[in-house]
Amino acid sequence: MRRAGVVALNTFREAVRDRVLYSLVFFALLMMAAAVAVGQVSIGIEQTVIVSLGLSAISVIGVLISVFIGVALVSKEMDKRTLYALLAKPVRRWEFLLGKFGGLVLTLAVNTAAMALGLLLVMLYVKHSLERSDAVVLVAVYFILLKLALIVALALLFSCFTTPLLAILFTVGLYIVGLYVQELRDLPVEVMSPAMAAFTKWLSRLLPNFENFNVMAMAAHGRAVPGALILQNTLYAVVYCTIVLTAAAVVFSRRNLK
Amino acid sequence: MPSSAIEIENLTKEYPFGFLHLKKKTSLEGLNMQVETGEVFGFIGPNGAGKSTTIKLLMRLIFPTAGSARILGKPISDVEMHREIGYLPEQPYFYDHLTAAEMLGYFARFQDLAAADRKDRVQRMLKKVGLDTAHKIQLRKYSKGMLQRVGLAQAILHDPKVVILDEPMSGLDPLGRREVRDIILELKRDGKTVMFSTHILSDAEMLCDRVGVIVGGRLRGVGAPGTLVDMKTQGMEILFELRGASNAPLLSKATRTGACYRLHVAEEELYAAIEQLRGAGARILSVSQVKATLEEFFLNLVGADRAQASAVEVSGK
Ligand SMILES: Nc1ncnc2c1ncn2[C@@H]1O[C@H](COP(=O)(O)OP(=O)(O)OP(=O)(O)O)[C@@H](O)[C@H]1O
Ligand SMILES: [Mg+2]
Repeated sequence: MRRAGVVALNTFREAVRDRVLYSLVFFALLMMAAAVAVGQVSIGIEQTVIVSLGLSAISVIGVLISVFIGVALVSKEMDKRTLYALLAKPVRRWEFLLGKFGGLVLTLAVNTAAMALGLLLVMLYVKHSLERSDAVVLVAVYFILLKLALIVALALLFSCFTTPLLAILFTVGLYIVGLYVQELRDLPVEVMSPAMAAFTKWLSRLLPNFENFNVMAMAAHGRAVPGALILQNTLYAVVYCTIVLTAAAVVFSRRNLK
Repeated sequence: MPSSAIEIENLTKEYPFGFLHLKKKTSLEGLNMQVETGEVFGFIGPNGAGKSTTIKLLMRLIFPTAGSARILGKPISDVEMHREIGYLPEQPYFYDHLTAAEMLGYFARFQDLAAADRKDRVQRMLKKVGLDTAHKIQLRKYSKGMLQRVGLAQAILHDPKVVILDEPMSGLDPLGRREVRDIILELKRDGKTVMFSTHILSDAEMLCDRVGVIVGGRLRGVGAPGTLVDMKTQGMEILFELRGASNAPLLSKATRTGACYRLHVAEEELYAAIEQLRGAGARILSVSQVKATLEEFFLNLVGADRAQASAVEVSGK
């Protein structure tokens, strides 16, 4: 575990030196532009516009980082053969993998927290005050972070057994499918053959459900998120990540480096 | 304590290839070999012989099709045993974003060293491999030889008992090679076991207690460099200088470079030859024994292999 921590800190340092946090500049510029624009046109809907825009930006930036860096985490080290010397050290392969995951999630947490702070500042600027109900924005950001951790785990899993390009495609594909899992669950199973119905049911359970993490509408209107949902999403992310990372560790532990 | 530092038993590696991975290429075939504690062992063979394959199998970077290996009496799957091993990969490459000192510091963290000790060691190692002036440069800006040096530093940083180096001299300038030779000898003096692969036979002859010769994935011979080849003197070589003309009969057999001549004679004809040359007014510069070298042994093996391969090809038609 301690060794995984060592790997995680190095991964964080690498991400920082590779200028991942520059995405914050982009976010800041976007939010400033939005604040100015909102200030000029709309009356009464500033909250909705700013929060929707801010959360969307946080989510999109995070997803991009998760997919691209998540896939590169292990494949880049295999490609450049930086792994060789490291794996000869007293470190297990799953510890390395866990460290890589932890390092990127830490990076995303710092990045996302900074963007959330920026969002709150812009809200303060346009509304001149913050209320208790605005804390829902933080819950929304937390959900985004959970979602990102799940994406990183998936990216890591795919990169353990396929090429980086395919891993990116699989991860993005699964993410998009995961946004619509609810639709799959709502399909009218009564009209299907029993086999088909069972298949649909299992598929909808198996696929990652990203829809539950989206509380943007609630946040935009300042409605509170129920505590049960926070608990449910946290558990869901932890369990799902554990399963995916275990699978990744199993694949990676048997893999011959080239 | 077991007497063998590294014990390799029937180690075999096949790589599947082709359609549906139906065909197999054998990179290493039933390797049996021991490296004794405290010795310097040279692993020599031509390109593609299976040297790196063996070393990567030992490091669990790839997994064997069959066979097993033990290091310091422990199975190679034992992670804790890796505290006692140093490994230099072939053509090492390290994290672009780190400086040499940061990289060594990072690796040192896996070795349970106290923080102060870590820093101190890193500095000492950088000095030892001649990088103390470059330690603040990011590794992306390092030359091949510099990377090789950092690679060596990380292999011996934690004072391991067994050091396995895959072509430690490659990419180094003459000075660097000397330094690496000195480091290997120093490790030996400290009672460490060193196994290194190379194609440079003179390095192996100079450094190794024993060498193993591998060709085409099979071990062809193990032993002290001297015992692998027939050490019977194969004649004498006389180097002499001759100004002006002479009609001594031996001169026609000598090879000439300017005023210098080189002459190969059988051992029993040596004195007669010297007499004759002196009579012709030559100045003898040196007389030396001609011995078969590891190189000839090696070339013979590789040559035989090539001949065999082409014979198989012909009979296969
Ligand atoms: N990933 C791989 N897939 C298929 N074949 C491989 C793979 N890695 C190595 N080989 C084959 O295994 C054989 C041995 O390779 P190895 O790298 O061990 O040679 P080597 O003795 O280290 O040579 P060199 O002196 O060039 O470093 C070669 O024929 C090579 O083609
Ligand atoms: Mg090699």
